[in-house]
Amino acid sequence: MKYVLQRLAFYAVTAWAAITINFLIPRLMPGDPVEALMSRYQGQLDTTAIASLKALFGLDENKSLWAQYTDYWAHLLDGDLGLSFTFFPTPVGEVISQALPWTLALVGITTLISFLLGTGIGVYSGWRRGSWLDGLLPVTTFISSVPYFWLGLIAIAVFAVKWPLFPFEGGYDNSLVPAFDWPFISSALYHGVLPGVTIVLSAVAGWILGMRNMMVTVSSEDYVMVAQAKGLSERRVMFAYAARNAVLPNISAFALSLGFIVSGTLLVEMVFNYPGIGFQLLQAVGAKDYPLMQGVFLIITLSVLAANLLADMAYALLDPRTRKEA
Amino acid sequence: MTGEPILTISGLNVDYGTGTSGVHALRDIDLTLHRGEVLGLAGESGSGKSTLAYAVTRLLSPPGVITGGDVRYHRPGAEPVDILSLTPDELRAFRWQELSIVFQGAMNSLNPVHTVHSQLTDVLRAHRPGMRKAERTARAEELLNLVGISADRLAAYPHQLSGGMRQRVMIAMALALEPEIVIMDEPTTALDVVMQRQILRKLVELRERLSFSVVFITHDISLLIEFSDRIAIMYGGRIVEQAGAAEIYADPRHPYSDGLLHSFPALHGPRRELTGIPGSPPHLSAMPAGCAFHPRCGKAFEPCSQRVPVLAAPDAGQGREVACWLHH
Repeated sequence: MKYVLQRLAFYAVTAWAAITINFLIPRLMPGDPVEALMSRYQGQLDTTAIASLKALFGLDENKSLWAQYTDYWAHLLDGDLGLSFTFFPTPVGEVISQALPWTLALVGITTLISFLLGTGIGVYSGWRRGSWLDGLLPVTTFISSVPYFWLGLIAIAVFAVKWPLFPFEGGYDNSLVPAFDWPFISSALYHGVLPGVTIVLSAVAGWILGMRNMMVTVSSEDYVMVAQAKGLSERRVMFAYAARNAVLPNISAFALSLGFIVSGTLLVEMVFNYPGIGFQLLQAVGAKDYPLMQGVFLIITLSVLAANLLADMAYALLDPRTRKEA
Repeated sequence: MTGEPILTISGLNVDYGTGTSGVHALRDIDLTLHRGEVLGLAGESGSGKSTLAYAVTRLLSPPGVITGGDVRYHRPGAEPVDILSLTPDELRAFRWQELSIVFQGAMNSLNPVHTVHSQLTDVLRAHRPGMRKAERTARAEELLNLVGISADRLAAYPHQLSGGMRQRVMIAMALALEPEIVIMDEPTTALDVVMQRQILRKLVELRERLSFSVVFITHDISLLIEFSDRIAIMYGGRIVEQAGAAEIYADPRHPYSDGLLHSFPALHGPRRELTGIPGSPPHLSAMPAGCAFHPRCGKAFEPCSQRVPVLAAPDAGQGREVACWLHH
């Protein structure tokens, strides 16, 4: 319990530091969002409008940095991330909450699938070295070494253009209204196949390699030999003695990869025009939409931190040696 | 003291690797373990002691292969079991039930992520499917008490135990199914001398109570003199001498046995001079012709470098054997 509290305190401090940096960076950059917005409207804004915009973005010149900082926190705690320029005057929170579920669903599910699939294959190929599964390794490693955008483009060229089996862009059929009904969900699943399969293909090799190597290392440990000498069933030796210990590094890698679900999808969403957070970030960067960028960065930072915390907790749960007792 | 044979090894050969790169780790091993006996197996590192233990239990991992020979387990009042031809399922049932092992790595023999309880009871679950959970726990507690560890350590993880406790847990585990044979592969090597004594005393006591047979493997021959009934001495993958513990101590016939005895201070008895053995053990891939020991042997003479001496009784009518040209 003490361990958990210690970790929580540590992560609270880290989160504070990250949010503070997130606050400072746009203020250290040349130019400000109001100027950007002005150039967007080609100067057709009068001075009162500019003043009110500055107030809206929290960029009042007569406010000290400290006052801006406390305001920023107050807004943040209210869940107010400011207004997006690109989708002016939609609040950033709303833009993000529309994009986030797409990313979470697509990349979350595919990350889970590639972890489970890769770890499973790794367990078997590490336990039975020299079986046909070993032939799979060079293939998956080759695919994962292909740059993702290229893999995605080839998938589109082959399965969406040459043989139009799957749609080449978007998250759902635009003629449908997003709702929790079968036509919409099936359309979303259908649109998710190509991006999903390409993500799994490019990620699975890492899990297989990591797990296989750990299985090979752990299999030569004395306790695995003891388990065999005890006459335990092969399943029990393989899972409870070898895989149980070998999976530890993969578990923490998995928890960390959860943190990159939000951020690591830029390429996927670019290639497939997928309406997720990465696509949103791309648009925000293109439009110098600072509030949106800031909001996305905040979400990314927080999710990486949450994933780290999860990794710590999972490790403590799975490996008794890392627990600090009393 | 010694009864009928319980484990007979005959003509056992083990290689590491095959073809031209293969080396012979064990050659023509003939050895018999009798019921209720402690058989000591001594020799320097690389002499094949542990390989013998692994071969007998079929735990050799590649590239180790058994290339010939025969290992039979004699069940009381039943047909002998040919261990080397058991099917995987039969082998699993045989292991631990009839023959268990205490490995040399006291520190690494327990899985760090499972509790002592889980590692003591999973062997019961595998071999005694009818046993209920509470019975298994009761048995695990009983086993810990047997080796002098309090039952509340069941919930502990291996890293919370000292080295001596871990080794005692391993001994408790080896006795879980009350096997007929326990092979101990340097069970006390990683421990300090005081702990060695304690564990050995415990072993002697347990063996008297539970009457299992022991193959005790160590390089510390002074330990064997005290603790075992019979001693087999290995060199270069062969058994070079085999005799009662007292006989070996009083009158070692093979020059190598003599050298080993003078390499360790005896724990009891009169002082003797320590001399050691010059040189170092041969590498398996470059075994000298003839008697493998002849380059280091002070008494080597003409046939030693030519022909391999066979294990034979030096004087008729004695239960001892030696493989040395001095005694042929």
